[in-house]
Parts: sequence; C-alpha cells; structure tokens
Amino acid sequence: MQQNSSSEPIVSLRNVQKSFGPLRVLDGVSFAVERGEVLALIGRSGSGKSTALRCIDRFEKVDGGEIVVCGHRVDRPDVDLRALRQDVGIVFQSYNLFPHLTIEQNITLAPCAVKGMATAQARDLARKVLAQVGLEEKLHAYPEQLSGGQQQRAAIARSLAMQPKVMLFDEVTSALDPELTAEVLKVIEQLAADGMTMVMVTHEMGFAKGIADRIVFMHRGKVHETGPASILTSPTTPELTQFVGTGNLKS
Amino acid sequence: MSLQLDFPAVLERWPSFLAGAVLTLELAAFATVLGALLGTLAAVGRGTHNALIAGACKAYVETIRNTPLLVQIFLVYFGLASLGLKFSAFAVAVAALTINVGAYTAEIMRAGFEAIPRGQIEAAEGLALSRLQIYWHIILLPAVEKVYPALTSQFVLLMLASSVCSQISAEELTAVANYIQSDTYRAFETYIIVAVLYVILSLVMRAGFWGLGLVLFPRRRRLGTPL
Repeated sequence: MQQNSSSEPIVSLRNVQKSFGPLRVLDGVSFAVERGEVLALIGRSGSGKSTALRCIDRFEKVDGGEIVVCGHRVDRPDVDLRALRQDVGIVFQSYNLFPHLTIEQNITLAPCAVKGMATAQARDLARKVLAQVGLEEKLHAYPEQLSGGQQQRAAIARSLAMQPKVMLFDEVTSALDPELTAEVLKVIEQLAADGMTMVMVTHEMGFAKGIADRIVFMHRGKVHETGPASILTSPTTPELTQFVGTGNLKS
Repeated sequence: MSLQLDFPAVLERWPSFLAGAVLTLELAAFATVLGALLGTLAAVGRGTHNALIAGACKAYVETIRNTPLLVQIFLVYFGLASLGLKFSAFAVAVAALTINVGAYTAEIMRAGFEAIPRGQIEAAEGLALSRLQIYWHIILLPAVEKVYPALTSQFVLLMLASSVCSQISAEELTAVANYIQSDTYRAFETYIIVAVLYVILSLVMRAGFWGLGLVLFPRRRRLGTPL
C-alpha cells in the first residue's frame, strides 16, 4: 500500500469496464476526484452512475481498467478491503442503520471493533458526530424511532465517525420527501464547507449545481460530459441537453 | 364399568417424579444450549461458498430431519458402545438430543440469516468490519430475533421429545413413570401426573425463554414490541 502524495487525486478511475452478464453498465469510465473536491455523478436511471460509485468502495468488482482510491489499487484482486473501507465512507439510499442497536451503538461499533477505540472515547466521538448532523438528542434512540431524514443523518454521522478521507453518497435523498431531503442536504453542504472530499450520485440537480465543484454526466455506461456546474446550464452534448431539458433542472 | 382413580398411591412416589422432572429439564437445558450452537454453526456452514462444508451441513440437516429421534438415539447409544466407548445414559441422551435439535435449529437459523437485508451487510462492510464481526454484531442477534418464536417452540418440543430417552434408561420423567406404574399398577394415574408435569415443564421453559428474550432484545423491551 503506497501513500498518496497530496498532489495525487483521492479517487481516480481510468477506463473502467463492468458488465452484469451481457449488459455493459460501465463502458470505459474515467474521472478523478481531487482532495477537498465535491463531485456529483448525474444521469438517468440505468446510466451506470451508482455502479461507478459502488466500484470505488469495491461493492462491485470491475472487469477492466484501473481504480485508485487513497493509494489502494481497488481494481486488483489482492486489495486490502478493510484498509480501503477505513479510508472510504459510504452512505446508502436506504440508510441501513442497524435496527437492533441504538444510534450511539450504531456509531461506536466500527470505531471500537475496527480501530480498537476505547468505549469512552468512542462515545465522545458519537456525541461529536451527532452534533455535526444536528441529532445530539437522539443518542439513545433506536433507528425505528427516527424519521427517514433523521435516520439518514445518523447514517452520515456513523460514517463520519470512522474519519474517512472520502465520502460516497449513493442517492441518499431518493427515499425522502422534499422537507426531509432539505435537512439531509444541509448536512452534506456543511460537510462540503468543512472540506470533506465527496462523490455523490444524485437526482437533485439544483443541489448538485449548488454544491458540486464538478459534474460528471453519465449516459449508457459512458461519461458524456465533465465540467463545472455551469455545464448544466450550457450543455454541449445532445444527451446532457436532453437530460437537463426534461425538467430535471428545476428548483 | 367404573373408573376408580387412586392418586395417593402414586403421589407418595413424588420424590421419584421430582427427580425425573429435574433430569428432563437438565437434558433439555444441555441439548438446547449445545443444539443452538451446533445448529447455528450448521446454518452458517450451509451458507458458505465452500461446497464441501455447505454440502456436509446440508447432509447432516437432511439426514436428521428424515429419521426418527428414537432411531438416532439408538444409533448413538449402540454406536458408541460398539466402538467400546462407555458413556452414561445421560451423556448419550444429551448427545443424541443435541444432534437432533441442532438440525432443526440449523433450518430455523438459516431462515433468520436469509431474512437479514443485504443492505445491512453492505453497510457493515462499508464500515470495514470483518466477516466474523459482521456475523457477530450485525447478523446473529437480529436473525435470532426474527425466528425467536419458532426457535423456542423447537426447544420446548425437544424437551417433550426427550421422553423417548426412557428407552436407553436415562432416568428422566417418562422412565420414572414407567417404573412407578409397573410398581403400583396405577398406570392411568401415573401418566396423568406425568402429563401435568410435562405441561409445567413446558410453561417453565416458555417463561425462561420470555425472560431471556427481554435480555437479548433490549430494543423490544424499550419500545414495547411483543415477540
């Protein structure tokens, strides 16, 4: 495991190929994420954006190409998965909090079990990360006692407690109504302001435009357009023109 | 035709009944704990990618579930004897009951494992937990919680089925009853008393599992959700 120097990107994908059976979901995908950058992956359902994100944390194995994340060669079969996942935090659409554990236990589990942190220290950390997402008072609640938005914020806090170098968000607001979406987006905005490196798959175009340093537009397993948020208002490829033209760019 | 019941003649043997009931409960307790361990391991084994281990676990479960308990008990009893190994009837009974209930536990636990959403495991993997840590912290307890009623019923059934251990002269409740009725010639009264004692043992076990559930599943206790 080599240490990446500060000039190297935190995440880089080069010509990544991935098929599910006969279906080619990633067809030569390349992009990079610099330290402190917020990158938004957008595109239609089925464009391969979620798969690309999941490849970064090796929830999917790639068929070809190269993926380097915080110095880990993710495309290689001998990658140290647990080391990789200590550097990468991931938040899912369905929250996936552990239902039998309190919010505090959800958060302290990995720091204690993986990093060997002392319980008292982990509890302090839980308080700290919950404050970051505005949920201090839910420390001893169980997930089912929380609203969807609160559960998603707790899931973000759980991920933050591992002090990842990059965070991945996989359509984290897709299961939430507009009001709850807003409270989750506010938390993500704050993380961006604090300098967290982030890759997010999102359908919230307005949000992507407001927060992302860079937009990657995917279509049929390929990156069709990459650039600053302004590409959403002045797209150059017909695919992106059509995508933003179909009412995706309201709010 | 008149029915004459003489309970006092049988009830004066109460110390024997009590000893038998205690032994039945001991048999059930040992077989429950060991069978739960064996069954959980077999369920995990059946879910592994190693075809040899998965196949062995499946063979075990299917063999046991498709043969009578009494035959299994005789196989263990005479099998050990023909190997020249001498164990007490109690030890043989515990071993046979463990092997038996382990197979049923494996099937129930497998259902519990399969009921854990894939997202739970992905979330745990994403937090860098190891496979063993994921089984221990994320899968095991919620899986047990999901199948707890089926699991505990199985263990109560096991206690009732332990009556066939009388056949290898383990001195459990039914064996005691057999002696007493042949001594007193009061078979009907004897087995009425034994039936009542089995009901009481069942209730004791159910109460025990209810209490254990309160300890194992604090969320249920906190939120008042019944099992």
